[in-house]
Amino acid sequence: MRAIGIVLAGGNSKRMRELSNKRAIAAMPIAGSYRSVDFALSNMSNSHIQSVAVLTQYNSRSLNEHLSSSKWWDFGRKQGGMYVFTPTITAESSDWYRGTADALYQNLDFLKKSHEPYVVIAGGDCVYKLDYGKVLEYHIEKKADITVVCKDMGPEEDVTRFGLVKTTEDGRITDFEEKPMVATSNTISCGIYVIRRRQLIELIERCAAEDRYDFVTDILVRYKNLKRIYAYKMDTYWSNIASVESYYKTNMDFLKPDVRHYFFKEYPEIYSKVDDLPPAKYNPGATVRNSLVSSGCILNGAVENSVLFKKVYVGNNCIIRNSVILNDVYIGDNTVIENCIVESRDTIRANTTHIGTPDNLKIVIEKNERFTL
Amino acid sequence: MIKKEMIAMLLAGGQGSRLGVLTQKVAKPAVSFGGKYRIIDFPLSNCINSGVDTVGVLTQYQPLRLNAHIGIGIPWDLDRNVGGVTVLPPYERSKGSDWYTGTANAIYQNLEYMENYNPEYVLILSGDHIYKMDYEVMLEYHKANNADVTIAAMQVPIEEASRFGILITDESNRITEFEEKPAQPRSNLASMGIYIFSWQVLKDALIKLSDEPGCDFGKHIIPYCHAAGKRIFAYEYNGYWKDVGTLGSYWEANMELIDIIPEFNLYEEYWKIYTKSDIIPPQYIAENAKIERSIIGEGTEVYGEIINSVVGAGVTIGEGAVVRDSIVMKGTEIGAGAVVDKAIVAEDVRVGENAQVGVGEYAPSKYDQKVYQFDLVTIGERSVIPPDVKIGRNTAISGETTAEDYKNGELESGDYIIKAGGVQ
Repeated sequence: MRAIGIVLAGGNSKRMRELSNKRAIAAMPIAGSYRSVDFALSNMSNSHIQSVAVLTQYNSRSLNEHLSSSKWWDFGRKQGGMYVFTPTITAESSDWYRGTADALYQNLDFLKKSHEPYVVIAGGDCVYKLDYGKVLEYHIEKKADITVVCKDMGPEEDVTRFGLVKTTEDGRITDFEEKPMVATSNTISCGIYVIRRRQLIELIERCAAEDRYDFVTDILVRYKNLKRIYAYKMDTYWSNIASVESYYKTNMDFLKPDVRHYFFKEYPEIYSKVDDLPPAKYNPGATVRNSLVSSGCILNGAVENSVLFKKVYVGNNCIIRNSVILNDVYIGDNTVIENCIVESRDTIRANTTHIGTPDNLKIVIEKNERFTL
Repeated sequence: MIKKEMIAMLLAGGQGSRLGVLTQKVAKPAVSFGGKYRIIDFPLSNCINSGVDTVGVLTQYQPLRLNAHIGIGIPWDLDRNVGGVTVLPPYERSKGSDWYTGTANAIYQNLEYMENYNPEYVLILSGDHIYKMDYEVMLEYHKANNADVTIAAMQVPIEEASRFGILITDESNRITEFEEKPAQPRSNLASMGIYIFSWQVLKDALIKLSDEPGCDFGKHIIPYCHAAGKRIFAYEYNGYWKDVGTLGSYWEANMELIDIIPEFNLYEEYWKIYTKSDIIPPQYIAENAKIERSIIGEGTEVYGEIINSVVGAGVTIGEGAVVRDSIVMKGTEIGAGAVVDKAIVAEDVRVGENAQVGVGEYAPSKYDQKVYQFDLVTIGERSVIPPDVKIGRNTAISGETTAEDYKNGELESGDYIIKAGGVQ
């Protein structure tokens, strides 16, 4: 592959409410067995990109733990590899990453020392499969300066939390608005870019000289009439998880046969860190319907239309409905949980009730001790 | 100079012929176990959990699956700069090339491998037991007794004792007599086939007995050491240990995992069992599925019913299908409406729609009464069962079967079909 990869995984979002208190969005668990960043990393690996940098900043502990070895995505190679870049204090700078462009600027050495002619930049907060090689082919064919992966959203979708683009018939982007108050287009930017490496270095250096820090507003929006910026339309599943509602919906999407088949059965696969947990166990009293259950779970109660992540324990006579239970949650007997997202490593005492509504999902965070002496 | 205090030699070359069609194409240690693991995962995980980071795995019979599974040992953290896991097949030499003719002969042929690590102790393990054991504690015991050989042993019911090597010990647990499969056992302390040897003692015995045909630890090395007056001690083990050498004990050991609190608990934080897991996604349980008292591996999709069963990873149980009291291994598909009762279905099998497996009354096997005596239907890996057929109890099937193989669409209890071919 003639490109290096950069995964922007430093972000945080207020729209994630309490879920972002303890982790970066890129570390959010997805579909029972994965974390959000796995999708971008697996796509890179499956596109034969050998050298990948992951830029982390916000609350990166659980993300770094997940990225502790590059072997899961097959990056542990002599040629290339996976690098995790967290902000550091250097002789020139003691700043945090002040924006996505600044994050790239502070790691400009990585870009300069590489020899591949192109760079693929992707966010760590989207769930999709994409062969970046195809995007690169398109980029070369269009003689583009920057190619932005875009997607047409349905009319019912609220697109104002995304970057919106308008294109010519040829695909060239003529207008780019970041998170507008009123939607003027239903074509959104998926936050995936292909750009020539030298071009990127030049743009980033100019940006930094002008004290500008954001890749979208200070490069894409500012240069849209000057540079040839093209839209590559993807038409397969893509979902951004950076709000509680979309996070919940993305997980629930995996209960649909087509989505499940696309991600779980079709080649190429999505990779993730292996946890060495035993198979899921169904004890008497367990009734499970239309749900995903991950390894290490022990079930004694009823589970319906829900996604159970790894190592969830469901006690006797529990009812879990329309909920997402993150990893390592213990749910005591006779507990009812409906329309909730239960934070990981939580302990829910017996006889508890947590009920949200489809429009107002409840995020359950109870910091109980699991073992009492 | 490289120095490892204790290295392990894992005997994984046996066919395990008493597992019938399950081991037709793979060595016994590579047979699936417990919905996700392979039998060899248990001794390998015990090694790394006990701090033994140098393991030679002796292979001979059908080693392909075993080699692919072990690789360079990454799942067990046995990919090491020095030591780690090494697969040791028999090899050709300038003169006198041999297959491994016995357990001790296999070790003898790899003296050089062991010498490389300059060990003080060598741990001999076999690849067909299910248990968790801290070999470091056993080594402490070996050292405390100033022993030459320590044999792990456990109490078995006296009526079963004649199946094992029986140890007779004095009050300090020193072994005074050793009987291999005695008709009239005088003790119920059975050898588990796990030995710690002081390196020099093992080396001397192996060289001394190098001409012994089929040189075996239980039959030759231990009696030799005993006759030479070496200090041989029994290390009594009280945990869960199961030899899964027969279809009956294999089925039983799997079924014990679905007890509410299993005696052999895989869910404990401490002493994890590692395996190469190449299927990552969670399992999906459909709207009309029903599951009772079972364990199920990753990526499996259940549209039918699973009752009292152990189901591996990447399995599909079709709509209306029923799997009861059975073991279904990785990648198998049970067609819609099919019924599978008291069966062991190996990897990547296709069971056709509405096929009925395990119906009727028990009948003794016409194929091999010694192997197939546990009232279990046994289906070898990559077999194909056509739709709508009826298969009786205590039967054996292997290969790609078609409707023509079933007289009146039926295979009688006790009967068998052994064919070539199968799912590619």
